Amino acid sequence: MKILVCISHVPDTTSKINFTENNTKFDSNGVQYVINPYDEFALTRAMWFKEKQGANITVISVGDASVEPTLRKALAIGADNAIRVNALATDGFVVAKELAEVIKNNTYDLILAGKESIDYNGGMVPGMVATLLDYNFVNACVNLEIEEDKATASREIDGGKEVLSCNLPLVIAGQKGLVEEKDLRIPNMRGIMMARKKPLTIVESTTNETTTATTSFEKPAPKSACKLIDADNVEELINLLHNEAKII
Amino acid sequence: MSVLVLAESSKGKFKKSSFEVVSYGKKVAEQLETNLVVLTINATENETLYKYGAEKVLTVSNEALATFNVKIIANIVKQAAEKEKAQVIVLDSNANGLYVAPLVAVNLDAGYASNAVALPSSLSPFVVKRKAFSNKAFNNSEISTEVKVISLAKNSYGVFEDEVSGTSENFSPEIISTNLTSESIEQTTGKVTIADADIVVSGGRGLKGPENWEMIEELASVLDAATACSKPVSDLGWRPHSEHVGQTGKPVASNLYIAIGISGAIQHLAGINSSKVKVVINTDPEAPFFKAADYGIVGDAFEVVPKLIEKLKEFKANNA
Ligand SMILES: Cc1cc2nc3c(=O)[nH]c(=O)nc-3n(C[C@H](O)[C@H](O)[C@H](O)COP(=O)(O)OP(=O)(O)OC[C@H]3O[C@@H](n4cnc5c(N)ncnc54)[C@H](O)[C@@H]3O)c2cc1C
Repeated sequence: MKILVCISHVPDTTSKINFTENNTKFDSNGVQYVINPYDEFALTRAMWFKEKQGANITVISVGDASVEPTLRKALAIGADNAIRVNALATDGFVVAKELAEVIKNNTYDLILAGKESIDYNGGMVPGMVATLLDYNFVNACVNLEIEEDKATASREIDGGKEVLSCNLPLVIAGQKGLVEEKDLRIPNMRGIMMARKKPLTIVESTTNETTTATTSFEKPAPKSACKLIDADNVEELINLLHNEAKII
Repeated sequence: MSVLVLAESSKGKFKKSSFEVVSYGKKVAEQLETNLVVLTINATENETLYKYGAEKVLTVSNEALATFNVKIIANIVKQAAEKEKAQVIVLDSNANGLYVAPLVAVNLDAGYASNAVALPSSLSPFVVKRKAFSNKAFNNSEISTEVKVISLAKNSYGVFEDEVSGTSENFSPEIISTNLTSESIEQTTGKVTIADADIVVSGGRGLKGPENWEMIEELASVLDAATACSKPVSDLGWRPHSEHVGQTGKPVASNLYIAIGISGAIQHLAGINSSKVKVVINTDPEAPFFKAADYGIVGDAFEVVPKLIEKLKEFKANNA
């Protein structure tokens, strides 16, 4: 089985978010970049297939040279090779088109991605890739089994779960549940050494028509201080929620 | 020209969020000086949409659409959009809305902005404000394609009545065939879900163990709220994963979020930032949650929560 895992290179979850150039650019100063947490679930599930059923794993990212350490980390975790599409990932639709172009020229049985990236939170790339290629797609995927060319996947729905079945090729947008969090992998020394020798191919971009662009960023307005209520006076909380916040 | 909204229904009935997307769509249509068309699938109370400004309701009834098949629905939205010459398509940000939206965007070769929190601030260029960086910031996103797809973040716009004398029209789109089949649906029975709840009561590691969740459940039941938890709580198996809220868990955009024994780590706050009012109960006055909350009680959950339940019951009885 040939698996492609889409990797987004994002600011680590504790990053303070700031903007520069009159709030038009993200300030990456001092920000540590990591594999997007949702993509880590996808990569770990790919490793599971590799170990249980045999699979060849390619990781791919759309970005400039700065995303390469993140791809190397995925290789250190156990992917076999990596592809970087040399384009700036500013528009989800463009990212999807770049990925679809690479996928069209190769044959992958399974394309695994995370349900959204924790920077732009677009939640669009996996579904768009699937549609551009007319593949099946399961969003918010919390379980995935493959038997020959048949897949059984579960997705989270509001207040429950739906089990779906379909033929491969399939695109999955994964989240927590796809694998247990305790099974997420940290690269070890041997993995890191081996990753240096694994192939990382650079593919040139094929699309330049964007559909969206960020004109500016904003931070939420600073909030007023928390009103403290005495622990012996919970009626006061009820009173405030009723009369001031008008919620209950 | 028109604005097209897909109003989702469950067992024939619309969800509150459907009225929110219709309210939003109505206003966008007004901005663009065009009509609002609402597409419904197997809904039974289509006339209720007139109250929120739906001038025209395109109704699809088809047994084959009893379960939500993303490819089929995306294709139906495309057919409706083409028929109605829709300029803007507005979708919900519930599980189905987020599933179908990117497919609709590709089908119509349209730019897509998810997590929109406000009406377009400008029409030409078309700019809409959306949540980004896991609720730590917003970006103003310019959509440059002729057709635009927007998914509206829950509880970010509101439900507004704007009664019109609408009309309904049966619509029989072509149903494409797919091999993506729904095998089963497992619904957590009866309880309010985090996605639908107006109030969420959430517990953290401060509650010490799963045996102490009874008081969280009771508080939730008094408030008709959903229950939730922090990540370590679900990692430890005290509560189901479906209750884990935060950056890597579920987002909560309720009117009220009550955090009990939760420290307020940045990743937790990222998931609940869009809740309107936040209450924290924590023994540690230095807990970061106090910086994010509107109301706070420094105290032991095991003493405060039972008292709160008792007083709320009294309040409910007096205000019934
Ligand atoms: C990549 C990544 C992603 C993450 N994603 C998420 C996420 O999505 N959601 C999430 O929640 N976390 C997430 N985390 C974890 C997060 O950093 C925190 O570890 C977590 O939120 C802490 O949970 P907690 O507040 O329940 O537990 P603790 O940090 O243990 O805090 C418990 C709190 O309870 C209080 N307390 C103790 N006893 C009592 C009592 N009797 N009464 C009242 N208060 C009491 C304490 O003062 C303390 O503030 C993530 C971490 C990483 C690295």
